[in-house]
Amino acid sequence: MTTDPHPPIKAVPVRHYGRWLAAAAVALLAYQVFAALLSSPNLEPATIGDYLFKDFVLEGVQTTLLLTVIAMVLGTAGGILLAVMRLSANPVLRFCAAAFVWFFRGTPLLVQIVFFGFLGALLPRLTITVPFTDIAVFDQPTNAVMVGIVPAVLALSLNEMAYAAEIVRGGIMSVDSGQTEAAHALGMKPGLTMRRIVLPQAMRVIAPPMGNEVITMLKSTALVSVIAGRDLMTAVQTVYAQNYKVIPLLAVAAIWYLALVSVLSVLQWFVERRFGRGQRAAGGGMFR
Amino acid sequence: MTAMIKAEGVRKSFGQLEVLRGIDLQVAPGEVCCLLGPSGSGKSTFLRCVNHLESVSAGRLWVDGQLVGYRQRGDKLHELRESEIAQRRRDIGMVFQRFNLFPHLTAVGNIMEAPVHVLGESRAEARQRALALLERVGLADKADAYPAMLSGGQQQRVAIARALAMRPKLMLFDEPTSALDPELVGEVLDVMRDLAAEGMTMMVVTHEMGFAREVADTVVFMDGGVVVEAGTPAQVLGDPQHERTRAFLAKVL
Ligand SMILES: Nc1ncnc2c1ncn2[C@@H]1O[C@H](COP(=O)(O)OP(=O)(O)OP(=O)(O)O)[C@@H](O)[C@H]1O
Ligand SMILES: [Mg+2]
Repeated sequence: MTTDPHPPIKAVPVRHYGRWLAAAAVALLAYQVFAALLSSPNLEPATIGDYLFKDFVLEGVQTTLLLTVIAMVLGTAGGILLAVMRLSANPVLRFCAAAFVWFFRGTPLLVQIVFFGFLGALLPRLTITVPFTDIAVFDQPTNAVMVGIVPAVLALSLNEMAYAAEIVRGGIMSVDSGQTEAAHALGMKPGLTMRRIVLPQAMRVIAPPMGNEVITMLKSTALVSVIAGRDLMTAVQTVYAQNYKVIPLLAVAAIWYLALVSVLSVLQWFVERRFGRGQRAAGGGMFR
Repeated sequence: MTAMIKAEGVRKSFGQLEVLRGIDLQVAPGEVCCLLGPSGSGKSTFLRCVNHLESVSAGRLWVDGQLVGYRQRGDKLHELRESEIAQRRRDIGMVFQRFNLFPHLTAVGNIMEAPVHVLGESRAEARQRALALLERVGLADKADAYPAMLSGGQQQRVAIARALAMRPKLMLFDEPTSALDPELVGEVLDVMRDLAAEGMTMMVVTHEMGFAREVADTVVFMDGGVVVEAGTPAQVLGDPQHERTRAFLAKVL
């Protein structure tokens, strides 16, 4: 065996004293914050443990998840529709979509939720008639329709539509116009082109912010507690209003939100990877 | 025999700018027609008019005897619906300078897309034909590669296969080799040469004079939105009659 003329380098590393100092300072601060929180006699870890899997909490979690899923599904579907309307050649559709987005992004979600909770005060009856006639297709007292999670779902999905519309529109506009031309040149109609060619590519741009929307939505559902929306937050509020165990019950809610958001963050990572397919490999000519 | 492409006084304006100022030309079935001309002379615009990616502002344009973009009833023109326009485009293949492959689909997926979703072919049948087409352009081993993993020349050959999958009567090429590194130009021209030899009707915008001289039946020289000179390659390239043609050829040859 010959000796390697260039053995691996063994050098004395630079000592980063500043890093050590910063780490120590931050760790100390964190310790103090947690110590202060944990030292509170009102945190009651045992009570948190008792309530964490109580039926009413699990039902609240279920409703929170249901609200999130429905609001996101309706919100995304409506958002795609609004985005296509905003990009259409029809000025009436463009205007209506823009006005919708303007209104629902321009007012606080909390206001919209309370508004839908009290819709009966504005419109005592919900009636749909055949245009220009008195023939009613649908006619019910508002308070008979707006039951359970319906007002919460309405408020959350309409609000989400406005945000999703902007995200989807940005995604659609990010797709090169050459893609649409190539599809048209193959005899694909505009709707098919949108569905098969443009939207799948737009997803790469749409997926990351929509993932954030899901996470934001999960937490925003807590706002529907102001109209007794049956979600997790409503559930813990109802109980601590009676037994005054405010802090442990809020901690229970926080633990659940945190756990659910963590799961969603992992899912988000997989989804983003899925939609990046085919577009990440190096050396491509498509985006030179 | 009806001409595959027939243009009579075709004009096209973008706002104030008149890009095509009365184009007259004919391309017979089986003919290869090369369009030459300086940048901005309207070659791409004319090509895009042929499959109605741009609409003609004045004059008449027919493909295979059918008026492009309109239906004539008496002396009135009626615009075609999107679905009718799409229907007519099925018969016209187009190859772009920047390939425009669908980056989210594999090579074979790109080729199958329109046969499956426009012609309603079964996936199995479409896939089989797509693989045969890939074989024909020399890319049998790249079926499952995404466009980003292919070289420019390979991408352009997939794009040609994609257009051929619709069994077009006419192929339009807009500077198919201009975005390619010089050593990749040949492989794309070879595929086009084979296609011409099989009798495909082709209109090719190109700066490849060798290809035009060798493969074209007619060469059309455009400048400033009009046809300056048209004829066989020997006539237009070998013995140009107009000063503008000579000046252009002196620059590119
Ligand atoms: N969509 C459009 N809107 C406005 N002007 C346009 C449009 N498309 C093309 N033009 C203009 O029309 C003129 C002719 O363009 P065209 O692309 O047909 O030229 P070309 O002969 O293909 O040139 P090149 O060799 O550079 O590709 C140019 O001045 C161009 O700027
Ligand atoms: Mg051009």
